[in-house]
Amino acid sequence: MPDTKGYFGRYGGRFVPETLIPALQELESAYAEIRKDRIFKRELAHLQTTYVGRPTPLYFAKRLSEKLGGAKIYLKREDLAHTGAHKINNALGQALLAKRMGKKRLVAETGAGQHGVATATGAALTGLECEIYMGAVDVQRQALNVFRMKLLGARLNEVSLGSRTLKDAINEGLRDWTTNVRTTHYVMGTVFGPHPFPSLVRDFQAVIGQEAKRQILRAEGRLPDYLIACVGGGSNAMGLFNAFIKTGVSMIGVEAGGKGIESGEHAARFAGGSIGVLQGTKSYLLQDRDGNVLGTHSVSAGLDYAAVGPEHAFFKDAGRVRYTYANDDEALSAFGLLSRTEGIIPALESSHAVAEAVKLAPTLPCDRIIIVNLSGRGDKDVQQVARLQGVELHV
Amino acid sequence: MSEGRGNTRISSVFARLRAAGKKAFIPYLMAGDPDLATTGERILLLERCGADIIELGVPFSDPLADGPTIQAAAERALTAGVTLQKVIAFTREMRRQTQVPLVFMTYYNLIFRYGEERFVRDAAEAGVDGVIIPDLPPDEAKNLLRLSGQSGKKEKKERLLDTIFLIAPTSTKERIRTVAAACSGFVYYVSMTGITGSRLTIDRALQDHLALIRQATDKPVAVGFGVAKAEDARALGSFADGVIVGSALVKKFHEEPAGAERFIKELREAI
Repeated sequence: MPDTKGYFGRYGGRFVPETLIPALQELESAYAEIRKDRIFKRELAHLQTTYVGRPTPLYFAKRLSEKLGGAKIYLKREDLAHTGAHKINNALGQALLAKRMGKKRLVAETGAGQHGVATATGAALTGLECEIYMGAVDVQRQALNVFRMKLLGARLNEVSLGSRTLKDAINEGLRDWTTNVRTTHYVMGTVFGPHPFPSLVRDFQAVIGQEAKRQILRAEGRLPDYLIACVGGGSNAMGLFNAFIKTGVSMIGVEAGGKGIESGEHAARFAGGSIGVLQGTKSYLLQDRDGNVLGTHSVSAGLDYAAVGPEHAFFKDAGRVRYTYANDDEALSAFGLLSRTEGIIPALESSHAVAEAVKLAPTLPCDRIIIVNLSGRGDKDVQQVARLQGVELHV
Repeated sequence: MSEGRGNTRISSVFARLRAAGKKAFIPYLMAGDPDLATTGERILLLERCGADIIELGVPFSDPLADGPTIQAAAERALTAGVTLQKVIAFTREMRRQTQVPLVFMTYYNLIFRYGEERFVRDAAEAGVDGVIIPDLPPDEAKNLLRLSGQSGKKEKKERLLDTIFLIAPTSTKERIRTVAAACSGFVYYVSMTGITGSRLTIDRALQDHLALIRQATDKPVAVGFGVAKAEDARALGSFADGVIVGSALVKKFHEEPAGAERFIKELREAI
């Protein structure tokens, strides 16, 4: 998976303007090359160890498990990766790939800012120019990351079109790529977009699951019973799940329920969406009757997106992954709970996965094992959470 | 491959122009900007001023290939409640007043959602002549090509819709062949790497690339993206079979509608 045209079953494909087709073909063949290239793999592995800080720990959350009174909960600590989220795994891989392809410049979209920071970091490390597109709404709620990107030498473009969130940032990023395609590589931040991005990003993220599998076997002598990850585009989930697809481990993807499905203000594509084509790929999409894309809402900028990676759509139909959602309130409550019981402040995105563990763990006997992907740390969200609690921070 | 050519409204236009040594003037309008009644009047105005084919944008929420001018026009049309279904019905009405070829330009999700088979049937029946879908390369268009009459059963003599695909400055020889083979009616050459309404440079590279397309196909080639003034249109008209004017005209109609007729006439004369 995928097939030669980039399809996962009926999902995926390459729905982009002709201008980008040669660039995607070039990327596809460059990627096929480096997958077999020992030197590239060694360079990436070396940076993962010495720069990113891999392997990230698999941590047994003893106090949280006891408090919930059921299954044992392990956290895969992607929040401890350099720049504070799993996004660096992919951004670094693509930056090295772009450099090898002779590109001079990286462009990327960002929602929560984590992928933007990771791409800016990859650009700084490889000496490439970097330009980031971010929706105006997200610029406001992720002010810390905005400044981080600037510190890292990236140029930030605030997007004031459409819903002014992640979707619109991707549109603008792709427009930039269309214009500057000869010199520029587009660093897609998630398992989305035209082929080969969904599989390319998955493969750069697969290190998460490969490590987690080794680590849980060492810690428990067996595979876990459940994997839980939040799903925006779905890269951290795919990164964790990939190594376990052929095992019997149950997998749960958690979307953003926002203010509730009935309210219409959410980003739960599987609960409230239908099949459509957006930004290069065919997948589940929140759209109106006529096929125009609907606005979304989530307290977490990284999950606030109208579509989902095509391989997730495939796993949904195949029944291999169960998809559910956590509302804003549940995520905020999990955010607080993990902070107080374990001393770990999770990203609001990852808090959605924690919220599902909070629901699931008490229903299971204490010999069951859950791994939650803690995809990012919550420093970037502190200001927004404070605001939601009525506290104005002056930073 | 070209079983339907020669008998669609679009190919007749090019045949007539070619025989007369003339080039096609192909203006673009966003359907429903600001409302469909106005669009109807503008179609008739364009026809009176000598438009050979008219491109009709159907608004989509996420127009990836479009620049700010057409994005804003799409937003205005969506706000006015315009949908694909309404634009098809509108076309059916317009056919009582005009036979000018009408080509829809829109994004794939609207057609996918409407249903490809139903779209081809309804659009053809309403009098739509062709369709341009910038985010649908021929590789993903097998079904649409079959339904519209590009391939499939031999006995299907009558083409339902012309399918017009885009060739870009980045297209390789191989891509040019693939895309040109899928086109019927005409081939749409995108003048630059960029989005609609960007700045156009008419240079050697553009002419060379056009020559490559000529080697690959004898289908008419129209050039679009970034044609802002009569001089651009004149220069492009000297080596293409048709010139497409989108953003500049959308902008004119929106900002200075009183001057639109003069602008259209200048463009027509230049091509």
